[in-house]
Order: sequence, then C-alpha cells, then structure tokens
Amino acid sequence: MFKKKRNRFVETLVEWALRLSGGTTTLVILLISIFLFTEGWGLFKSSTVEKGYVLCVNRSNKIKNLTPKQIKEIFDGNITSWKQVGGNDIPIEPLRMDDIASQYTEEEIGANFEHLPQKLSEAIASRPGALAFFSEQFININFQGRVLPAETITLKEYFGGKEWFPTATPAAQFGVLPLILGTLWVSIAAILIALPFGMAVAIYLAEIANSRIRKILKPLIELLAGIPSVVYGFFGLIVIVPLIRSIFHLPVGETALAGAIVLAIMALPTIITVAEDAMRTTPLAMKESSLALGATHWQTIYRVVIPYASSGILAAIVLGIGRAIGETMAVLMVTGNAAVMPHSLTEPVRTIPATIAAELGESAMGSVQYQALFMLGAILFVLTLGISIWAEIIRKEPKVQ
Amino acid sequence: MKLEAKNVNFFYGDFHALKDINMQIDSNSVTAFIGPSGCGKSTFLRLFNRMNDLIDGTHLDGECIVGDQNIYDKSVSVDELRTTVGMVFQKPNPFPKSIFENVAYGLRVNGVNDKKIIIETVEKSLKQAALWEEVKDKLKKSAFELSGGQQQRLCIARALAISPSVLLMDEPASALDPISTSKIEELIFQLKHDYTVVIVTHNMQQAARVSDKTGFFMLGELIEFNDTKKIFLNPDKEQTQNYITGRFG
Repeated sequence: MFKKKRNRFVETLVEWALRLSGGTTTLVILLISIFLFTEGWGLFKSSTVEKGYVLCVNRSNKIKNLTPKQIKEIFDGNITSWKQVGGNDIPIEPLRMDDIASQYTEEEIGANFEHLPQKLSEAIASRPGALAFFSEQFININFQGRVLPAETITLKEYFGGKEWFPTATPAAQFGVLPLILGTLWVSIAAILIALPFGMAVAIYLAEIANSRIRKILKPLIELLAGIPSVVYGFFGLIVIVPLIRSIFHLPVGETALAGAIVLAIMALPTIITVAEDAMRTTPLAMKESSLALGATHWQTIYRVVIPYASSGILAAIVLGIGRAIGETMAVLMVTGNAAVMPHSLTEPVRTIPATIAAELGESAMGSVQYQALFMLGAILFVLTLGISIWAEIIRKEPKVQ
Repeated sequence: MKLEAKNVNFFYGDFHALKDINMQIDSNSVTAFIGPSGCGKSTFLRLFNRMNDLIDGTHLDGECIVGDQNIYDKSVSVDELRTTVGMVFQKPNPFPKSIFENVAYGLRVNGVNDKKIIIETVEKSLKQAALWEEVKDKLKKSAFELSGGQQQRLCIARALAISPSVLLMDEPASALDPISTSKIEELIFQLKHDYTVVIVTHNMQQAARVSDKTGFFMLGELIEFNDTKKIFLNPDKEQTQNYITGRFG
C-alpha cells in the first residue's frame, strides 16, 4: 500500500522551472530599479563643472564657493557684482580661456601654449573681480589665482531648479522642475481631454450598444492600444500639430496641447476598456430593480451603474494617467521639447521620458548629464509605481457610497 | 388594482415560453405562482411590469391588463407603469448607496425633490417593511452593512416608497434564512390590505401560508388556478396533485 508507482521526475522538473522563472523575473525587475537609483544617485556626488576644467578667482576674493546656478548667471551676465553672491562690492569679470588667449599674440603664448599658464595666472592676478574658467592642465605651481572648490548638486537644486541645461558651460544646470511640470501638464491635460470621450464610449459600449456592435467595436478599441507610439506621434506631427498652429495662430504647432491630444488618443483604449469592464460588473438585478422603480435607462446609468462602477472608473482614469506619464516617443515628436517652465498649453514643453530619450544618446557614459538622466528615470519610475499602486488601491475599495 | 392576462403567448426567440394563458387576479389579494423550474412562472410575473422588454428577441401575443389598461399598448409609458406595478427580486440587491438613499431612490428618479416628503415617505416605507426599528439609527450607513434578510426588507421598502398598487415578488425569500423568511411572509400578509400582491415561490408551504389563490404552472402552461385551499387540499388536475405531494418536480 501507498507505494510510489509513478515517476515524478518530470513533474518536479517543471515545478522547479516555474519557480525559477518566477524568481528570475522578480530579480530582473528588482535589479533594474536598483540600477536606476545607483546610476542616478552619483549625480549628487559629482560636480557640475565639466571634468578637467576649473573655476578660478583672484586671491583677494573672499568668496568660498558658487552654486551651479550662480555660475551660470554670472557667465550669462545676469549677476555682475560679487556683492550679489556674498563677496566684495566689485564687478565680476567673467573670463573664458578664449577671452584671455585672444589678448596675447601667438608668440607671447608660445607655439605649444607653453606660456599660457603664466599669462592666465597674470590675467587673474591683475583683475580683482576675475572669474576664470579654463582647463586645469594650464595650472602650474606658480599659479597666483585661487581655484574654487567643485560644488556638487544638492537635492534641493535638482528638484527645485527651474533650469534644465545639461550641456551648459561652465556649469551645467540640472533643475528638473520644468520637466516634472511639463510631464504633469501634458498628462493631466491629456486625461481631461480623454475622460469625457472615454466615459462616453464606455457607457455606450456597456449599456447602450447591442451585443453585435460591441463585439466589433471593443476589439477594435483594444487594437488601438497596440499601435506603436511612434505611429501616433507621426499622426500627431502631420495632423494635429499643423491644426493647432493654424487654430491658435502660433508660430509653431509643437505644443503641450498637441502632446496632450496625442496622449489622450493613446490613453483612450485603456480608459474605455477598464471603465467598460467595471460598468459591466454591475449586477443585472441591480439595474433591473432600478428600472422596476420607474427609473429611465439614463437615470439607471448615472444613479446606479456609474456609482457602482466608480472605483473601476477611477482606476481607469489613474491607469490612463500612468500610461500618459510614461509615454515617450509620441510626446517627443509633438511637444516641441523646450525645457522651460510651462506657462500655457500652447507653448512647447518637455516631458521626463522625452528628455531621457532625446539626451541619453548624446551624453557620455558616467558623465553628470548621464547620471542626471538616470535620476530622471528613477523619478519616472517612482511616479508610475505610485500611480499603479494608487490604481490598485482604488480598484479594491469596497463598492459603497 | 386587478390584473388580467388574456390569451397570453410569450416567446424567447423561437422558444414558446408561455402558452395561451388566461388569468384574473383580484385586487387586494395575494396570489402565488408555483411550479417546477423553467415552467414560466417568473416570465409570466415579469410580463406585468414589462421587465421582459429588457431581454432581446422576446415577443408577446395577447393582452396583459393592469386596471383597465392593456399595458402592452403603444400609448403606455413603461416608466409610469413601473411606478404603479412594483417589483421585488429574488436576491436582495440594494443599490450602492445609504439605507436612506436606497428607499428614497424611487422618489428621486420620479422627480420628487421635497425633502420633507422624502423623509416622511422613507420612514413610512421602512415601517411598512418592518425594518424601521432595526435601521432608524443608521440610515446614513451603507445598505451593504445590513444582513441578507434586512436587505430584502429594504428592497421591499424601496418598492413600497413609490406607493405602487401592485407588488410583484419573484421568489422574495428563497435566498433567506427561516427567520427572515417568516418576517417577509408576515409582511406579505400585512401588505394585502393596500396592495395586490403576486408572488412566485418554490416553497409550497409558503404559498399555502400566504396566498389566497394559487396558480400552478408547468412547461409554459397554466395547469390550474384556484383558491389556495382547493389547490393544496383537493386539486382538480392530477399533475397538480403530483407536484404538490412531491411525486415530481
């Protein structure tokens, strides 16, 4: 009795294979998110001043350090006195290497720039308000200026900064606020556009369309979700962008609004499918009892079906937002990609995913820009993760008003 | 209000679900329909508030009369009809709203906005449905917090709130425990004074306890329709006798 009759080797093998694949998948996802954060975190340890270059001031200058933003403002000519950054009341003289080199003849500098360090040193020493930016190889032991310590980016500068200028010299600007806001503007506008249409279609499909129409329409709508986003982007570029330009009389049609419209079209299948599924879970008996109380079909829809499906409908909205926030290609193609603080929907904006897609190919591996882009990826990851979790929580809420 | 069916034939697509049914139901009485599953008793009940309209591909021949009006006449508004002929379903199915809003629902969809009237009607209906004492302190709570039996009485209160003349009940106690069932039966007995009640049931003791008249259906035909006492003690037809004594069914 109870003797082992069958060889269970294959069964055990399959069981282990399944376990292994589940474990591997989890591990890969975990590794990706860890990779994102570790690559991105380096940003807060590195200097925004380009590698191999230094900023120097006159020795009499008391200034201890300059933030990336201050450096940019100085070289842009917006800050003109050391007093504005906490120093003495003397005007700032920003000096790039070209400015110095051009003041001397080739003989003075030497054929192989052998005299340049000397000249640089003199130039800085003779100007009390100098702020010079040049390659650190030209600093020799007799250097009479003072090298400013390299400043790293702080969290506050990264998340609160209003300027994204990753290739600026002398100091790159990594303020992600315009990108985050651009992403939110485009996504929220997209949802506001998609919601009325999506809800209308979902109600039509769930409650009004007869089964034959629904059998054709629903797979068609689900098919929309499978179209590659670059195709949507192309459509947006050819149709929506010129349309917006002519309607609003704009110089360019690549605006936040164009992105929002394209995203709205892309989010529609998600919103429709999830909302329709939620509405169809309304028990027939519940609808019947509403009708049996003399309610019209429409009263039944908005007083019983929609409240009953409200958690599912909310989940549809949140999933739609999630889809919109992460969308890259279509947005990259139609929003104009100007990394500025968004002021209106008819201006170009730039979203987080579009920034990563556009810049990662041009940034040197391990550079500050590269790390800043990874940090953006991490932000996007946290955003979409939060939204997914939110959608799950909403979905599971009890169906009670 | 009295009900009448004249030569009623009903089809689900090609399926002949009700065959040549004639019946008169007196006002202020309780009438029970019994019969094996699929015999058409629920279908017949649902004809009187045109609930079968919701099913695609159905077709009716003959007349269903409520009061003096053939309710399948083109001039009849279905919404208006349903405020006169109320219905309670098999499973308790409160709306995803508070207890108060469940009862007020019928008033609201029929355009009653006067708060005072709504509050009074809700209280009156809950009292009629013998639920008031149990819920008066938690009217704002979700209807889903009530027990199954309470939910079913809530559904009855909901149906009563729009003061119908006829109340159709489709196996109203089949999903309930014996105590809740007896409460519902008591309630049906009370309702007879103000309403014409028609009840479909699988429970023959229930039919015997609550109804004045009983109709026995089989395979879409009305086999026998008579006083409940007669049906249960001395039926005319052998099929009825067999069903009631449990020889088949």
